[in-house]
Amino acid sequence: MSDLDKINSIFNAKIDSVKTKEDLQNIKTEFFGKNGQITQQFKKLGLLEPEKRKDFASNLNKIKDDLSRQIEQKTFEIDNAEINDKLKNEKVDVTLPIRPYQKGKIHPVSQVIDEISSIFSEIGFSVAEGPDVETEYNNFTALNTPEDHPARDMHDTFYLEDNKKLLLRTHTSPVQIRAMLSGKPPFKLIVPGRTYRCDSDQTHAPMFHQLEGLHIDKKITMGQLKGCLDYFIKEFFEVKNVKMRFRPSHFPFTEPSAEVDIGYKIENEKIVIGDGDKWLEILGCGMVHPNVLKNAKINPKNYQGFAFGMGIDRLAMLKYGINDLRSFFETDYRWLSHFGFDPLDVPTNYRGLSK
Amino acid sequence: MIITIPWLKEHLKTNAKDNEIISRLTNIGLEVESVKENSGELSEFKIAKIIKVEKHPNADKLKVCDVNIGKTETLKVVCGAPNARDGLITIYAPPGATIPKTKFQLKIAKIRGVESRGMLCSESELNLSDESDGIIELNAKETEIGKSYFKSKSEKAIDIAITPNRPDCLGIRGIARDLSSTGIGKLITFKRKKIKQNSKHDVKISITKDKNQGCLIFGSCYIKNITNKESPPWLKNKIHALGLKPISAVVDITNYVMFDLNRPLHAYDADKIDREIIVRDSKEGEEFEALDNKKYKLKKGMCVITDKSSVLGLGGIIGGTKTSTEFDTKNILLESAYFIPSSIRKTSRELSINTDAKYRFERGIDPNSVLTGLEVATDLILKICGGQASKFTITGKNSQKNKIINFEINKFENLIGIPISINEAKKILISLGFICKKRKRELKVEIPSWRPDIHQDVDLIEELIRIKGFKNIKLISPVRNRENETLNFRQKLFHLSQRSLASKGFLEAVTWSFTDSKIDSQFSKGEKEIKILNPISSDLDVLRRSIFSNLSHYLKKNQDRGYEDVSLFEIGPVFFGKNPGEQQIVVGALKSGKVNRKSWIEKERNIDVFDIKSDVTKTLLELGVSEKDLFISDISKQCYHPGRSGSINLKSEKGPHLAYFGELHPAIIKKLDFKEPNIYGLEIFLKNIPEPNKKIRQTKKSFQPSDFQKSQRDFAFVIDKIFKIGLLEKIIKEIDNSLIQEVTTFDVYEGENIPKDKKSVAINVTLQSPNQTLSEKDIDQISKKIIDVVKEKTGATIRS
Repeated sequence: MSDLDKINSIFNAKIDSVKTKEDLQNIKTEFFGKNGQITQQFKKLGLLEPEKRKDFASNLNKIKDDLSRQIEQKTFEIDNAEINDKLKNEKVDVTLPIRPYQKGKIHPVSQVIDEISSIFSEIGFSVAEGPDVETEYNNFTALNTPEDHPARDMHDTFYLEDNKKLLLRTHTSPVQIRAMLSGKPPFKLIVPGRTYRCDSDQTHAPMFHQLEGLHIDKKITMGQLKGCLDYFIKEFFEVKNVKMRFRPSHFPFTEPSAEVDIGYKIENEKIVIGDGDKWLEILGCGMVHPNVLKNAKINPKNYQGFAFGMGIDRLAMLKYGINDLRSFFETDYRWLSHFGFDPLDVPTNYRGLSK
Repeated sequence: MIITIPWLKEHLKTNAKDNEIISRLTNIGLEVESVKENSGELSEFKIAKIIKVEKHPNADKLKVCDVNIGKTETLKVVCGAPNARDGLITIYAPPGATIPKTKFQLKIAKIRGVESRGMLCSESELNLSDESDGIIELNAKETEIGKSYFKSKSEKAIDIAITPNRPDCLGIRGIARDLSSTGIGKLITFKRKKIKQNSKHDVKISITKDKNQGCLIFGSCYIKNITNKESPPWLKNKIHALGLKPISAVVDITNYVMFDLNRPLHAYDADKIDREIIVRDSKEGEEFEALDNKKYKLKKGMCVITDKSSVLGLGGIIGGTKTSTEFDTKNILLESAYFIPSSIRKTSRELSINTDAKYRFERGIDPNSVLTGLEVATDLILKICGGQASKFTITGKNSQKNKIINFEINKFENLIGIPISINEAKKILISLGFICKKRKRELKVEIPSWRPDIHQDVDLIEELIRIKGFKNIKLISPVRNRENETLNFRQKLFHLSQRSLASKGFLEAVTWSFTDSKIDSQFSKGEKEIKILNPISSDLDVLRRSIFSNLSHYLKKNQDRGYEDVSLFEIGPVFFGKNPGEQQIVVGALKSGKVNRKSWIEKERNIDVFDIKSDVTKTLLELGVSEKDLFISDISKQCYHPGRSGSINLKSEKGPHLAYFGELHPAIIKKLDFKEPNIYGLEIFLKNIPEPNKKIRQTKKSFQPSDFQKSQRDFAFVIDKIFKIGLLEKIIKEIDNSLIQEVTTFDVYEGENIPKDKKSVAINVTLQSPNQTLSEKDIDQISKKIIDVVKEKTGATIRS
């Protein structure tokens, strides 16, 4: 038996009994260490006659590769056994709850305002605002509702002064006046905001939200008003077809004036907007009254246009099936969590209004 | 305004079905609010006579009545009315009938042990009036016993919402006229009544030339020797249909004419008038008792109808008890007048009186209907009550001239978007009572005197499209084109801060802009209260000066419901004055309770000021303020805990005030009695967030990462206890901006081995050069510099 064969058989005898990394290190040293058996054989190489050297070198390298591979294999096996051993003790119950966190929500009114803004943004409307406290002039008189007008009775107004000159705005329409007085036509605005009436029961809250729309330019007709609202209602309720009906009505600040009804039906006790044989009143609109334009220093001979107003809270109730208006303002943790929207659920046109 | 179809058909000749009429009404702007079956089942209610009344054996207040309902047998009915007595003729409801007021269906029932077969009714139970003190007392004859009380067959009562611009439709004839213009039928014309007017008008009438004189015309007729009585059935039915209670023929006739022709009238008992009628301004403090049995103290300048001795009525609003007509009234003065709407409105508002007449006069009655009203009513009174009528006296300005509008027909298309032919326009206007003359492309339109709402072209355009139909307007789709930004910078901030706080676990609340002054004053000490004159309730009596006023109230409510760990925010106006614009948008948030309550994995702890500081800081960063511009100080305001709160300004303590944050003041927590007292709040003032000063969006700064090794060094400084660590970090950072990348405080220690007035602060500094690997020598050098500068600027020593 040659030296190499001997080494090989010693190695084979030992490698099988290797159990630990330590054993393995010992074998490595024994064969490949400074004075290891394989190392010794390589040192012999120089002493051999040249004609034998080639064969011996080739055999020696073969054995060296073979033993190295076996060591590598053993290393892998030991590592693996070690990991598997460890894993046996590392089992946790992943059905345990995650760390406590609080889920924030956006109020339905805010979400709906964002939805509406996004819809009107597409057709070029900008968002305008005005103060919550208004003058009696802006809230009524400038809107063609002089002091003795019975239409004032329809607004249960909160006043801040005995002489009734300062009040909480009863609608968002005074922003029309402010916007027109502070700019130059054309105007293309929507105004979402808080409005106030001293009226409180199941269907009325002393504060609620309105959306005002105003489009003034040289040749704006009622046809455009119809088109604009038709577009808005379809987009908002996310339906392809909506039955819409304009019904003549009266607002002092528009002429002609109309109320708009949309078709709906009840399915499984829920309101389905679109068709159906029932009508639901959702907004008021009309062509801006020439007196209002005059009061806003716009010449009604050159400019005309439409305005509309709708209840934001009511739209939210209809779209999201909320029954009680007053619950919007009661700040019940459970209600807000239930009807609120995820903060990442931002209404956009490219992604769609709602999830 | 309530109408019935048969009554409508007295003015409108039509074969249209009820449903068609109802839908046309709505289509032309006379919105039908409800349609109620008026009677029908009511035929079960019978005229009955109480034969005998006995005391109920088991109840003091109840009686057992033997009631004759027209058959030979009598029924036992238990009744609690105090006026139930032998011989009384009243109204009986049999078992199975539904009581109109309560919608309760009667059954044969034992009441305290005695069987009752039906019920005797009060006026209120039958919706005839509010009278509920006893059962109805009828003057019916014996022969009527057993007959149905409600004689009319099923009549639909249609309730129409009349908009304030259409006083003409507060009369059934006006509604009929509007309907006729839709082509559904023809307005019936009536011949003028031929009335015998032979007797003398005995009452002198004058309208004074007072400053505020609210009466323009006072027409009257003196009718003598009448026999006032109960109205005939046809008239009673009409009065019932309107939801009113018949009173007497004279009163019912005036009401009938008012609802039929929208012509309010008033009848005075002429014998109670002291000599003459003077229409004048009231004097301050004059008193008068009205027909609603209330006494009114008048202010100066109200339009009153008076005689020589006292006030008889408030013109156009309400009559007085002094000259009210009774069944024994013999001679009456019938008034048909015109009062100025603003005068009516002012007086009725000051006295808080609302009547059907007032409602009509303030909207505008046809001034030319004075005579018609007198004619129709006088005719009816003579027919029903007999008597002799005088000639009509018209005092004041008779007959107003009608307005004229020259209407260019193309203005219709310009505004509405579809054309109308001049002939169609003319046809519609004429059917509405306008007088039109065609002139090429123009109509000369004379406005009827009953249409005070028509002033200019657009009013005519509205009439035309209203009748032509909104459904005919062609829809023009909007152009998808945007020239201006949808949101301005401030509006974007509003939107962003909502999303920002919600993403930090806060629930968005929307609360009233007004609040309870008692709570508001806690958060806004020293500022002037903004009172609401007519609050909805006494605990919502001021405009809020702090965003916390309502939020804290609702936080407490949620705690009371058992939710202790609650985070709420609201973004909305707070007010600092009562003038328009004295308000600002504030982001406010409150959070209470603990972090990791009942967690199996994390240690439970109280929320602390660094939680809220983290929320406010992150939100400001998300709103676009850069971290280095946040100047944090411990100066906060009165509603916060003085030791655990702070404020954030832009760049320096003098910079714009961005936010407050901190624990709520213990005094407030105590005052509001929170169940979970650990509460922190933040306020961000959006108006102070700086707007990026750039016209176009800039590209980001170039990205220049250093490829060289970074090193860390820890320092432990012993420094004065009161020294602010925020400032210490800033001092270190500024020593070498290019080398010092990060400065982090990782430990603060006070106690053993440290002098009492000092604290030990452990700070980690990250060093990295953009252009070389730092050698040990470089690092030692900068470390020494840090120690030296800190020592020099703060007096801190390095801890050995």
